Amino acid sequence: MDISRFLFQILPYLMEGIPVTMQLTLLSFSLGLALGSVLAAARVFGSKPLSVFSRSYIEFFRGTPLLVQIFFIYFGLPAVGIRLDAFTASVIAIGFNSAAYQAEILRSAIKSIPEEQYLAAESLGMTTVQTYRFIIFPQAIRVATPALVNEFVALIKYTSLASIIGVAELFRRTEYMVSYTFMPEIYLLAAAIYLAICLPTSQFSKMLETRYAIPGYKRALV
Amino acid sequence: MSGELLQISGLRAGYGRIEVLRGINLSVKKGEKVVILGPSGSGKSTLLKCIPYLVRPWSGEIRINGLVVNPDPATLRRIRASTGFVFQQYNLFPHMTVIRNVALPLELGKGMSRREAEKIAQSILDVLGLGELAEKFPLELSGGQQQRAAIARALAIDPKLLLLDEPTSALDPELRYEVVETLYQVAKQGRAMLIVTHELDFAEAAADRVVFIDEGLIVEEGDAKEVLERPKKERTEKFLRRLRSRL
Ligand SMILES: Nc1ncnc2c1ncn2[C@@H]1O[C@H](COP(=O)(O)OP(=O)(O)OP(=O)(O)O)[C@@H](O)[C@H]1O
Ligand SMILES: [Mg+2]
Repeated sequence: MDISRFLFQILPYLMEGIPVTMQLTLLSFSLGLALGSVLAAARVFGSKPLSVFSRSYIEFFRGTPLLVQIFFIYFGLPAVGIRLDAFTASVIAIGFNSAAYQAEILRSAIKSIPEEQYLAAESLGMTTVQTYRFIIFPQAIRVATPALVNEFVALIKYTSLASIIGVAELFRRTEYMVSYTFMPEIYLLAAAIYLAICLPTSQFSKMLETRYAIPGYKRALV
Repeated sequence: MSGELLQISGLRAGYGRIEVLRGINLSVKKGEKVVILGPSGSGKSTLLKCIPYLVRPWSGEIRINGLVVNPDPATLRRIRASTGFVFQQYNLFPHMTVIRNVALPLELGKGMSRREAEKIAQSILDVLGLGELAEKFPLELSGGQQQRAAIARALAIDPKLLLLDEPTSALDPELRYEVVETLYQVAKQGRAMLIVTHELDFAEAAADRVVFIDEGLIVEEGDAKEVLERPKKERTEKFLRRLRSRL
């Protein structure tokens, strides 16, 4: 195999997909976090209908394939007059999908804070808003962080599905190169690039966890 | 007005359909120390929690300093500003340092600045011998230290009535001593205390009155020494005998 061709032609071509992959990931993750927070809030604090709506949303998006959701938004919505470019459609589909998972992560983190913490806050005269703001949310976000970072890493990989509707992200470029050069080993190169992005992200997560861990928490759990 | 700080009359409360308190009448005078005794499940914690409405009573009346407790948020804020609560399991906020735990209620409840609040918090911690631990996180402390920090937190808002629910029973015997010492210290400050505890020595030495509860009713109450040494009711006597034989 021609090393210089690999290094100077194929690799740079693939790497141009990295910013697109990262944009897809960041945007859909942020959309998912914003929408997921609202969905979690609807489940925890909402009236019955709101909570039922949120639950149905979550079940629907977790129970159907992401690929179907991408196709639906890209090819289905134009039927009702909503035409989106492939990048936007991907961000929305992946973001809506991730919202379902992030909502569950946030909801179960809030639920994991023991009843006694609410009682203690109440006994000190805190209002409900103060209790959530100063006592419950700060603990819940620490509980949720590892799972949220996992979700982020998962999204880096899921964005490869956007290639199917033509977004020129990392995997789309890989496929293009493979069909152009007939060198299937390029798939390995793509896998290595994904790994090179995902591994440090997971490491970063571990660092965050240690940095913001509640001192003594682990010891208390055993 | 009489010296009554807390007046409870006809208090009934429970969970779901199960009635736990079946008509409690109890009063505590300003500065009075009252110990509540009773078997497990008799409703001691429920009684204590009803006072600042941590558990909502079914019926009956609770008055603190003449103010009738009701679910109106402004009333509850006033009631909770005059009662401190110490839980069996400490219930400190694990994500905050000890001093933040103690200072936060002052900032939120009394509108103090962080500096003012922490100054007061530090002085309370110093008095209770916890000054050195101010910057530690709760889960880095021993159980006894956590419970003393929880007592400091309850004292921060300077409540007229301190409610303590078995403050030593989650602790290993060798850690109880330091908390009991703290209880003696707090008792000397002249604040009214309503304490559920099975520390009979403390009850005998520090309490003005002892109340024995069983199955949601007050079975016997009276002068601490009287009740502990010469209980009038058979159930009280049996309970005390079993408690002493366990020690
Ligand atoms: N949150 C709750 N939900 C349902 N039932 C409860 C709850 N808390 C207490 N109970 C029940 O109410 C009864 C009285 O409980 P309570 O905690 O007041 O008793 P206690 O006298 O404090 O007992 P212990 O000495 O074990 O602490 C018990 O039968 C208990 O199972
Ligand atoms: Mg109890």
